[in-house]
Amino acid sequence: MKAGFVRGRTALLGSALMVAGLGSLGLAGPAWAAGPQADADGFVTDRAFEKHLQEQLLDAKAGDVITIPAGKYRLSRGLGLTASGVTIKGAGKDQTVLSFAGMVAGPVGLLVTGNNFVVSDLTVQDTKGDGIKINGTKGVTFRNVRVRWTDPDNSTHGAYGIYPVGCTDVLIEDSEVFGSSDAGIYVGQSDNIIVRRNRAELNVAGIEIENSTHADVYENVATRNTGGILVFNMPNLPKPGHSTRIHNNVSEANNTPNFAAKGTAVSIVPKGTGMIVLANDDVEIFDNDIRNNDTMGIAIASDFSTDYKIEAGAPGEHDPYPDRVLIAGNRISGGGNAPDAERFPAAPVIRAAGQSTNVVWDGYTRAPADDNGICLASGPDKLIRLDPKSPGKFAVIDGKSCDGFKRQPPVVIR
Amino acid sequence: MSKFLRFALWSLVASVLGFAVLTHHSSAAGSREDFPAKLSQWKLIQRAGDRLAAAPSGVTYELATPLFTDYALKWRVLFIPNGQKAAYNPDRAFDLPVGTVIAKTFYYPVAPVDHTGESADVLKARPSDYQDGVGGLRLAHVRLMETRLLVHRAGGWVALPYVWDEDQRDATLERVGDAIPLTMVDGTERKDFVYVVPNANDCANCHAPNFTTGEINHIEPIGIKARHLNRDFPGKFGTINQLTRLQRLGYLSGAPAVASAPRNVDWHDERLPVDARARSYLDINCSHCHSPVGAARTTGLWFDQGHEHGADWASPRRIGVCKQIVAGGHGGGGLPFDVAPGEPEKSILLYRLRSNVPGTMMPEIGRSLVHAEGIALVRSWIERMEGQCRLASEQ
Repeated sequence: MKAGFVRGRTALLGSALMVAGLGSLGLAGPAWAAGPQADADGFVTDRAFEKHLQEQLLDAKAGDVITIPAGKYRLSRGLGLTASGVTIKGAGKDQTVLSFAGMVAGPVGLLVTGNNFVVSDLTVQDTKGDGIKINGTKGVTFRNVRVRWTDPDNSTHGAYGIYPVGCTDVLIEDSEVFGSSDAGIYVGQSDNIIVRRNRAELNVAGIEIENSTHADVYENVATRNTGGILVFNMPNLPKPGHSTRIHNNVSEANNTPNFAAKGTAVSIVPKGTGMIVLANDDVEIFDNDIRNNDTMGIAIASDFSTDYKIEAGAPGEHDPYPDRVLIAGNRISGGGNAPDAERFPAAPVIRAAGQSTNVVWDGYTRAPADDNGICLASGPDKLIRLDPKSPGKFAVIDGKSCDGFKRQPPVVIR
Repeated sequence: MSKFLRFALWSLVASVLGFAVLTHHSSAAGSREDFPAKLSQWKLIQRAGDRLAAAPSGVTYELATPLFTDYALKWRVLFIPNGQKAAYNPDRAFDLPVGTVIAKTFYYPVAPVDHTGESADVLKARPSDYQDGVGGLRLAHVRLMETRLLVHRAGGWVALPYVWDEDQRDATLERVGDAIPLTMVDGTERKDFVYVVPNANDCANCHAPNFTTGEINHIEPIGIKARHLNRDFPGKFGTINQLTRLQRLGYLSGAPAVASAPRNVDWHDERLPVDARARSYLDINCSHCHSPVGAARTTGLWFDQGHEHGADWASPRRIGVCKQIVAGGHGGGGLPFDVAPGEPEKSILLYRLRSNVPGTMMPEIGRSLVHAEGIALVRSWIERMEGQCRLASEQ
């Protein structure tokens, strides 16, 4: 009876995959009879492996290191971890590859709510929803992790690759994300954050810090995204963001057409944008290399340049203006040559007037004389300030001394 | 040894085990070696002739509006240790004593011609046709799927999914869950789907109510709240209010008169106002995540009807009215607002309830089918809502 029971369940799982539209394996013959076999892409569907991994996650306790061996595995369900103090470690991001292309339940590849979590040395790919989501924990480390989507149709890709939200003490380093339809590396509503030495490529937004506080983003490469590095503050969320440092990054050739889902925050990002500050405060952008972004190098924008409806006294008292933004010492070159006229119609006008689109501000202020504390340091670049009242008009503001700008200390994670 | 004594012993064993394990680690999920492999070993619910019956101390209960789980029917029994009481709370789950076990058995009606347990064809029906709170669950023409136990140990609650064996005599602990293909038969319509049994970590997705206090993995019951229990249901003392029954049985302290206790309504009762029905439906189906402190607190979209979080719970924006998408990805379907009054086709809420694609569908787990009747209610609620939302570019 017991043997029959087990076989029945395994066969049922095969049927479950068939229902999900992955029937080739099931139609070829019962998978349990032949043992795990690699598919055309080299991925193995191995129920015993998946069950063992799930059991390890269920049984994990503080101090445990769950090692996932080298191999390409196709998993049927998203993984979850609730215990604190656990490390998940693969054999290397080229060696341990977990594919969720056939997941029947999810939608996240790996969802973690335990504190002091470390994930390293593995690849998660082709999840229906987000890649690796960490919700509400204190102490998160991503190291040498890859998240990617491989379907040539990028409209099918999940939203976020590396996705800590509502977390404290977040370290993301030496990792890479390819192909997310929203932000590759996305840190939302979190505090005390370091994002360093990562690569973000072919996403809509390469790296995005949203409604977060005290973030240090440095030595990353963002390339071939729609927009390279974004610092956003969105309305109607419980936590407003401020205090971000973006420095010593390369943001290059982020000219991929925007493929975000309509209506999402990043769907407004013009292709060819190196960096954007949207309605966020106390942002320092310095010593970055920003090259060959076809629309503009750095954009500073208020909610008034989005399709977000602005309402005074809305819940959370959302502030639609970017305040106290420092731009200093960046090397911005080769940009603005093929602007996204649909999403940023001002670019051709600026170019036609003989100005570069290295640093552009939408110009919305609380009062006409305000400068929102935006400071462009002396150097080769000028600040192009658009006139909100007169489309097509703008002012050219020379760089100046920003010595009075109150600088933030580097983020430290203990 | 009487059934009751055996139950009490089991409660004690469970408490001791709980204490022993939780001194080692704080995972919400039980470990392999801790718990009986078979449901029958708990001596809480077992087959008795043509019924599934509860130990005498069990109190069968029903929620004002239940969570939708692929049209599965649910038989719920609460076991509170003798001589102990739950402490009433107007908003949160009652404070239940250590040793409490909640057993929720998921089952489907099957056609009379089918041999019970073998049929993959399952039917839509109302739970009252199979269980009425007295004498247990009638098993003729029923396929038992799983029994989920929530066990309150000294260190906290533990969730244990037991999947019913093919012969339907007993259920086996399946901590990694299961996926069982079924066909929903509704008149002449047939719809294949995969019934997904959650694994023990999945349980925390819904049962971990608070992400803001550093106790993320502290899981709790969902249904044992005043507003869900405040209704009449047959059982001991006849068909009476369930809060009253728990008090008369000596299992509940601190409760006010039922008239002044919060009350959700039966989403299915068409005599009641649509707003109350829809809010009750959204509360039980969404608010375990969508509350100011839950897993989806970061969305700013909150459906809980408890009042513990202050006045903001009633703000139209907090239930999605004219609220624009932030982090929904493709889940937004390109639509502008979570809830657009009078315009259900512009409302992301309806779009996500109608989907069964992971990444778009809501809730994220716990269903493979779309709840047509629930969607009709939410649609009607949005249609009748007053006001209008416009994008900045439309103004």
